[in-house]
Amino acid sequence: MSPATQTQTQSRHPAPPAGAAAGAAAPNLLYTEEETALRQAVRSLLEDQAGWRDVLARSESDQTYDAGLWQKLAQQVGCAGLLVPEDAGGAGASYREAAVVAEELGRSAAAVPFLGSAVVATAALLSVGDELLAEVASGAVTAALAVPFATAPGVRPAPTVRIDGPAPGDAAGTYRLTGTVTGIADALPADVLLVPADGVPYGLYAIRADEAGVTAAPVTSLDMTRQLCDLTLEGVPARQVAAGEAARQAVETAVAAGAGILASEQLGIAERCLEMTVTYVKERRQFARVVGSFQAIKHRLADLYVTVVQARAVARYAAECLAAGSPDTPVAIALAKATCSDVALKAAQETIQLHGGIGFTWEHPAHLYLKRAKADSIGFGTADAHRGSLAVLADLPPAGAEGA
Amino acid sequence: MLNADSADSAGSEVTAADDLRRQVRGFLEAHEAAQTDRLEFLRARFDAGLAWMHYPAGLGGQGLPRSLQPVVDEQFAAAGAPTNRPERNAIGLGMAAPTILAFGTPEQKERWLRPLWTGEEVWCQLFSEPGAGSDLAGLATRAVRDGDEWTVNGQKVWTSSAHIAQRAILVARTDPSLPKHQGLTYFSVDMKAAGVEVRPLRQATGEAEFNEVFLTDVRIPDADRIGEVGQGWAVSNATLMNERVSIGGGAAPRESGSIGQAARTWREHPELRTPGLHERILRLWTETEVARLAGVRLRQQLAAGQPGPEGSAAKLVFAKLNQDVTEFEVELAGPDGLRYADWSMRRPDGANYFNRDAGYRFVRSKGNSIEGGTSEILRNIIAERVLGLPLEPRVDKDVPWKDLPR
Repeated sequence: MSPATQTQTQSRHPAPPAGAAAGAAAPNLLYTEEETALRQAVRSLLEDQAGWRDVLARSESDQTYDAGLWQKLAQQVGCAGLLVPEDAGGAGASYREAAVVAEELGRSAAAVPFLGSAVVATAALLSVGDELLAEVASGAVTAALAVPFATAPGVRPAPTVRIDGPAPGDAAGTYRLTGTVTGIADALPADVLLVPADGVPYGLYAIRADEAGVTAAPVTSLDMTRQLCDLTLEGVPARQVAAGEAARQAVETAVAAGAGILASEQLGIAERCLEMTVTYVKERRQFARVVGSFQAIKHRLADLYVTVVQARAVARYAAECLAAGSPDTPVAIALAKATCSDVALKAAQETIQLHGGIGFTWEHPAHLYLKRAKADSIGFGTADAHRGSLAVLADLPPAGAEGA
Repeated sequence: MLNADSADSAGSEVTAADDLRRQVRGFLEAHEAAQTDRLEFLRARFDAGLAWMHYPAGLGGQGLPRSLQPVVDEQFAAAGAPTNRPERNAIGLGMAAPTILAFGTPEQKERWLRPLWTGEEVWCQLFSEPGAGSDLAGLATRAVRDGDEWTVNGQKVWTSSAHIAQRAILVARTDPSLPKHQGLTYFSVDMKAAGVEVRPLRQATGEAEFNEVFLTDVRIPDADRIGEVGQGWAVSNATLMNERVSIGGGAAPRESGSIGQAARTWREHPELRTPGLHERILRLWTETEVARLAGVRLRQQLAAGQPGPEGSAAKLVFAKLNQDVTEFEVELAGPDGLRYADWSMRRPDGANYFNRDAGYRFVRSKGNSIEGGTSEILRNIIAERVLGLPLEPRVDKDVPWKDLPR
């Protein structure tokens, strides 16, 4: 039985450990046994198939996404349907489990569209209960939400796709989409694209990626382990997934979920960078000492460890809030994305510095993490944007604004 | 399986809790809270094994899990029973008592634990010295054996509660010819003994929370030695371990502490806001809330029996954040930040952060990265014990203490 299958049969929201009752409603920030089992399954697959040399080689190939690995992760381990209830064809797990998978993917920087398909697109489909859900959950179909990766929660992207009327001969309910969306993550390997489009009615539309009139142009990306694409649509036939407020809600929910789970990916990056660097400074000798014995190095790594501890607590909190549908979810996501963006980037930068020259070479994984960390820090809202949203969420208005 | 186990242990705790409630009810019937003399009541509570539930029978407890303590405390509080004023005797209850329990003789436990728990005897801790701060094991206070007694000479510093304490725990050097960790011995001292002089230690805030304690030819009976001669370092470590355990406490709500004060000022005074300060308060609010969540997670780890190394990180973060937030508060106050309430020498009961002005919090917070382990020592601890990096070179480890440069 795969760990993902086990999560189906066990309790979905395990109780906090006995004795943690100080606050009866305290969110569980630990990892459950099922989550740990899922982590092990994902890690062993990634260690086997996505070592850093594989990841680096793929980033320089024509197929920057690893379709074979994604199929195994999606279908064998069951990662594609974690968020989808069992009666809708999914694994009936939650954002807590999705966050654990994201941590592992951050550790490996593997190029699979888990975030785009199993989290962001799935969150949009779940929000409206769309018919595509079962196929996406099974891994048979890979989907992506066509918004720029840099979209922050609460910020509606400027309309760049418009709705034209049905073309002559179109079946009832067919719409035609025309326009461009730039810098989309995880769309290159997608079979179906969910496109927000302006017009009457504003809506979220599904198109097939192989439809005539669709051009998904690969972008040379800062992070080639998650290659972006620019999408151009010329009168592409589309099915309406949702319209009006329901569509806006679906897009907003999806971007927020993306930001929240990306924080766990960033935690994974930071954790891996810290481990890698600690291992290295215990081996590397200069001045006839291992460099990890110098206090200047020890203190930097102690400080980095402290930030990883903080990042883990807040990433878990965001995952738990998303899973429980907590009213504090927007605050949790803003806290997590603001914090983990900075922590992952700091960890990747320290990795290069503390490795010295070797860390600055192409033939070392440090630059993969640096680029992933920097791109992730912009994806679904910068740290600054998320702190900015706390101005409203935490009632800390800017200068020039009157108090509440 | 984990769930099944915890359900079982939760079940047995429920039974134990019911039993304890019955015991407390019986006790309160026999000793009506309003009619009984305070000390008499507390002594009787200790003798009934209803004081600290995790202590053994005969020493105020029943060998039960600590988690049952609130059951008893809440019921006594509801009956309006007198408390042992734990806030006056934090060192005694949190550090001296567990050390006595672990290393004391049966006679010492019998003699000291009851008056300690009732608060009749407040304890303080004579550890740090002017020449031994981070390097506690380098301390110089000498104890020389003289028949059945020891004669002690030296100076201790940063001693909380020394001015109200009846007794103290003390580490002193008993053999200077041994390397520093090996020549130490642990004692209990009568603070009213001849030769013990307590002077207030005035700190940067203007007041004196702490004391200096001068020990001049103080006589300590050998019967008051805790642990073996030369075992003082091991006993001290047990004491300091308890300091770390007792730091825990309950999960504070969002916006407790300095950030809450800063946020209130921010909301109430739009005229003080600037774009630069806005950026800073959002950052500080975020960092404080994340540190709070890390504390929640740490307590969950401890409760689940996964004592993580994250504990050492918590104090490091707290110290830095409290300094950053209070510095922000003074700047936010603008012209009022130039005023300070009172520099006069006073003896407060302890650090009282929250009914004071921002200037006090700003100055007092500078002690946070020094007291209870400097941030530099904490970074060494994390690097060495958590990350497994090499230990600092120790030039003083194998040299007789008397030969070390000073």
